[in-house]
Amino acid sequence: MNLDILSYGFMQRALLTGIVVSITCSMIGLFLVLKRYSLFGDALSHVAFGGIALGFFLNVYPIWTAFAVSVSTALGITKLRKSTKISGDAAIAVLLSSGFAMGVLLISASHGFTIDLFSFLFGSILLTSMQDALLIVAVSCGVIVTLIAIRKPLIHFTFDEEQAKVHGIPVEKLNYLFVALAAVTVIATMRLVGILLISALIVLPNITSIMMGKGFKKTMMISISLSVSAVIAGITISYYFNLAPAGTIVMLMVAMFVGTLIAKHVGMFSRTLHENNLSTVN
Amino acid sequence: MVSELTQFENGFRMSVNALDVENVSVSHNGALAINKISFSVQEGDLLGIVGPNGAGKTTLFRAILGLQTYQGKIKLFGYEGHQYTTLLSMIGYVPQKVNFEPNFPATVYDVVAMGILSKKKLMKGVALIQNHGCCWNRIFSTSSKDYEKIEEALKIVGLESFKDRRISELSGGEQQRAFIAKSLVKEPLLMILDEPVTGVDMDVQNKFYSVLRKINKENKITIVWSSHDLTAISDLATRVACMNRELFFHGEKEEFFANKDMLKTYSESAMQLHMHKHDM
Repeated sequence: MNLDILSYGFMQRALLTGIVVSITCSMIGLFLVLKRYSLFGDALSHVAFGGIALGFFLNVYPIWTAFAVSVSTALGITKLRKSTKISGDAAIAVLLSSGFAMGVLLISASHGFTIDLFSFLFGSILLTSMQDALLIVAVSCGVIVTLIAIRKPLIHFTFDEEQAKVHGIPVEKLNYLFVALAAVTVIATMRLVGILLISALIVLPNITSIMMGKGFKKTMMISISLSVSAVIAGITISYYFNLAPAGTIVMLMVAMFVGTLIAKHVGMFSRTLHENNLSTVN
Repeated sequence: MVSELTQFENGFRMSVNALDVENVSVSHNGALAINKISFSVQEGDLLGIVGPNGAGKTTLFRAILGLQTYQGKIKLFGYEGHQYTTLLSMIGYVPQKVNFEPNFPATVYDVVAMGILSKKKLMKGVALIQNHGCCWNRIFSTSSKDYEKIEEALKIVGLESFKDRRISELSGGEQQRAFIAKSLVKEPLLMILDEPVTGVDMDVQNKFYSVLRKINKENKITIVWSSHDLTAISDLATRVACMNRELFFHGEKEEFFANKDMLKTYSESAMQLHMHKHDM
């Protein structure tokens, strides 16, 4: 295979940031999916859109404003959920609409769309600057290291919050840290697939790997492998066939999901999700 | 490390109860769920708590576990406040049902591993109870490797051959045994079991009861256990408490089962609650 694409600086940056971001998304995504927060990433990305628009409006580096708005909103909504008992889906709906509305309002106030803002919506991995690439890689590595450090209490907390509390795990603090990490991950992912497709990167590799019926560690490793493969293949295919990288990556992930679903249906894996559910009831 | 008897008073081991519940009341939206309940559990006891559905057994357990606000006093090995919180992590708790995501990709081994306490927490808890000279007959394996503790706990509950299976693939009774193993790996000072075998068949119940007997007698773990199964309570418990929002009885099991009025009261209150539920 001709590897001339690796000789381009923009391609090296795209692959490096893509790989790091896909690992981060898979890791945090597994916890989000298992906590039934699958759409939380989607909601945070819409809030991030508001943050990006704020950056353009104030003429500040938009990634910083996106970080500030997303993290503070994620922590705020978690606090609000706890104190008012608002359900998870309602909280996500509030986040989604308010974040996007804020973005639209600021865009209209600053008299229209810019190409940069458009690239945040649909992703522009091939246009990632060195400054963005370094920031994304640094932030993603920070999230990965933190997740590894807190993996044991986080797995327990995700499995059963009440049991984790009895075990002496500070579940409230852990929850705040977790949502802050999720918010940071979403911002780091924006350049790769864009605000509108972030949840695909968080959800698809994980629901695919969960279907394979393995333990926690293996499930996470499979999810990371699928995600990294899709990102490398997606960027390469999009380069040679002149396609949008974000759409190509997500469609590859969808294909992996459908393929696994079919393989499971024809009995390639030991048990089905349905069987698992039935045995839990019995 | 062996937790030996460290403190004496007048030549005898200091007498500190594993659990003291003093005048504990809990109300939900103004209605009393439990009212001024007081009892003690001594080290090594297997206390069976009986009472009809809605009697407040789960509420009482949640108060002990720090999951429920309450009025009154609860002491763990004589401790309250911050030290109580430290010892709380050394309580093994098995609820009626653990509500986990059905597709959670955890093997039985993964689930049991969640129960392991960090060495720091274990040492802190052991130091606290040694201050009171408690658990003189217990051996805390603070130097054991995690996998050794997990293998041992799985062996006790008879799930060694299930360790690589996903927890969701197990039957209800097997899952409860896995959750007991998860409690055992933390080397608990006290285990609280809230109707752990409700809705499982007799064969599984019997296996579960033999595990209960074993961990109480051989592993010397103090157990507080709620159940509707009076036969099992009569076979296994050393002491019995009977409650229906208030405590009706607390004492030796022989005394409870010899008291026909008490048994009649328990049966009637259970039946009344059953009928009330059907009327609603």
